[in-house]
Parts: sequence; C-alpha cells; structure tokens
Amino acid sequence: MKIIELHESVTASNDRDADTLREEMRRKGTLLINLMSSPGSGKTTLLSRTIRDLSGNARGFAGNRAAEDGLKTAVLEADIDSDVDARQIDRLGAKAIQVHTDGMCHMDAGMTASGLDEMGYEGIDLAFLENVGNLICPAEFDTGAGRNVMILSVPEGDDKPLKYPLMFQSSDALVISKIDALPYFDFDMDACVRRVKALHPAIRIFPVSAKTGEGMEAWEEWLRSALCDWRSES
Amino acid sequence: MHEMGIVTHLAKTLDDLAKEQSITKIGSVTLQVGEVSGIMTDYFTDCWDYFKVRHPVLKSAELKLETIPAVTWCDHCKRTYPTVEHGRECPYCHSGETWLLKGNECVIKEIEAE
Repeated sequence: MKIIELHESVTASNDRDADTLREEMRRKGTLLINLMSSPGSGKTTLLSRTIRDLSGNARGFAGNRAAEDGLKTAVLEADIDSDVDARQIDRLGAKAIQVHTDGMCHMDAGMTASGLDEMGYEGIDLAFLENVGNLICPAEFDTGAGRNVMILSVPEGDDKPLKYPLMFQSSDALVISKIDALPYFDFDMDACVRRVKALHPAIRIFPVSAKTGEGMEAWEEWLRSALCDWRSES
Repeated sequence: MHEMGIVTHLAKTLDDLAKEQSITKIGSVTLQVGEVSGIMTDYFTDCWDYFKVRHPVLKSAELKLETIPAVTWCDHCKRTYPTVEHGRECPYCHSGETWLLKGNECVIKEIEAE
C-alpha cells in the first residue's frame, strides 16, 4: 500500500461537474439561477410573478407588447412534493420539469445537468432551479448555477443570517419576500440587512412582495442585468 | 441526510481518482473535518459503512477522521479565539466584527492505496 496525499475537498468532483455545466450553459447563453430557501418562503408565488413579468405579458395586454421584449424562462423543480403547479408555469410561458434528488437534501451539479438535459434549454434565457427547501445543505454544493439567490420571508424572522451564515455567504442576491406582512411580524428590516451585509458585504438585497408587486421591479431588473453580464463575461 | 450527500461525493471523488491512477484497492481514507462543518462524525461513519460496500474499490477501506479546530478572527482587536467555546462574539473585546478563519472544511487528506 502506498500513501497518496490529496488535500482535496470532499466535494471536488462536484465542483468539477459544476464548472463543466457552467461552461456549457455560457456557450448556449442560458443563465441558471439557483434559488434556495426554507420551505414555505413564497418561492412559488415569487417565481410565478417573476416569470409573468419577465415574459412581457405582465399587464394582461397579451400581444400588445412585442414578444421579443420578453425573456424565455424555464423552471427545474427539485422538491419532490412540489408546490409549483407545472401547468401554471407552463401557462406562464415557461418550461418546467420535476427533478428527483433520490432522497437527498440538496441538488448537486450532476442532478442539475441531467434535469436540464432532459428538459432541453435551447433558446432559454433564464433557467430557475428551485432547490430543495433547506437552508443548510444546498449552500454547500455547487449546482453549476451562474448566480445563487436566497429567499428569506418576513415570517421566518430577521435572525436567520445568524443561524445559517453559509447560505448568506454563498448567495449573490437575497430576496426578502412577503414584505406586505411586515406590519404583522416583529421583523427588523434594518437589523436583518445589517446582519446579512456583515456576512457578505457585496450581496444585493431585494425586499419584495410578489402579492402587491412592491419591489419586484428592482429584483427583475437585477435578473435582466445578470443575464447581460453572464453573456458578456468570459 | 447531510452526511449522506457528502459521503456520496467522497465516494465519487475516490472512484474517479482510482480510475485515473489505476488503483484497485483503497485501504484507508483520512478525512479532515472542521469542528463547525456541521458534519456529525457518528452519522458520517454510518453512512460511509453503508456506502463503501457498493463501491468495489472502497470495500475494505477504513475511514479515519481528524478534527480541525475552529478558529475565529476578530477584526476589531486583531486576535484569534476558539470558535466553539465563544461563538460569534469576541471574548476579548466583545466585538461582533468577527469571521471564521478555519473549521468549516471537509478535506480528503490522504488515502492508502494499491
């Protein structure tokens, strides 16, 4: 027996798969957004509204706005007991596929790549991966996404950054959802923003209500510019 | 569940390595696990035992775990302190401007192979 020194992270093979997927998606011009959150954070409502707005049919004047303005979107739903109605997503003009995690608590790059291949993402601008509802494991495994986004809802509390630091450190943007519920909860927005910024100074924070539409524009603008950046970065 | 995911990736990394270097048998795997990596070593060992028999190269591999102590750096008073004992607040100056230097990693240090 010989000793082979490795000094390699346990997730090194996943990291390599993730880099391969990212390169392939960049070649095809599709930006994959990895959405991470607790169960019940309002991902579905946020995603439905976002897709509707980005597709260019937001105000019910279907056909009035040029189709070229809209972005083509797709959704990979990684939670087995999905609360995203695939037909609803389909109606909104987005492709959707259910991905099985084989009982695991997170998506890894291999599973993400198979899901995307099965669905096909030719011509898709933005693909959203709805990761498993969990604030711990998904942060540790690179899915191959171009951007990582975390959703924290007002009812969950402003202390989450203290409990799950890695999730906040590995996200490019944080959506604080359900801000229409702020009057009913002791959620200190300033304290939350301060805690998040202490963990990750460069993170972008978007307080939104998918129900009333408040704050949605800034979040959607960020998505559009992330897509532009993605296509011009090399 | 968390441990299972990590073991899956560990096994895959080792399988890839075995193929690359024409290794037929791995005798032991030494892992360095950070104190605040969130890995429960008992669960981890159980998952490893369950998993290794499904990989021919790993069948008889012994898992050795070494702990990496967690150390936090205080930006305010420029000192380090043990994380597990004191948490996020610096025990010297009580500042919250602190960050983890090491202790959340999970690294394959070395393997014995033939």
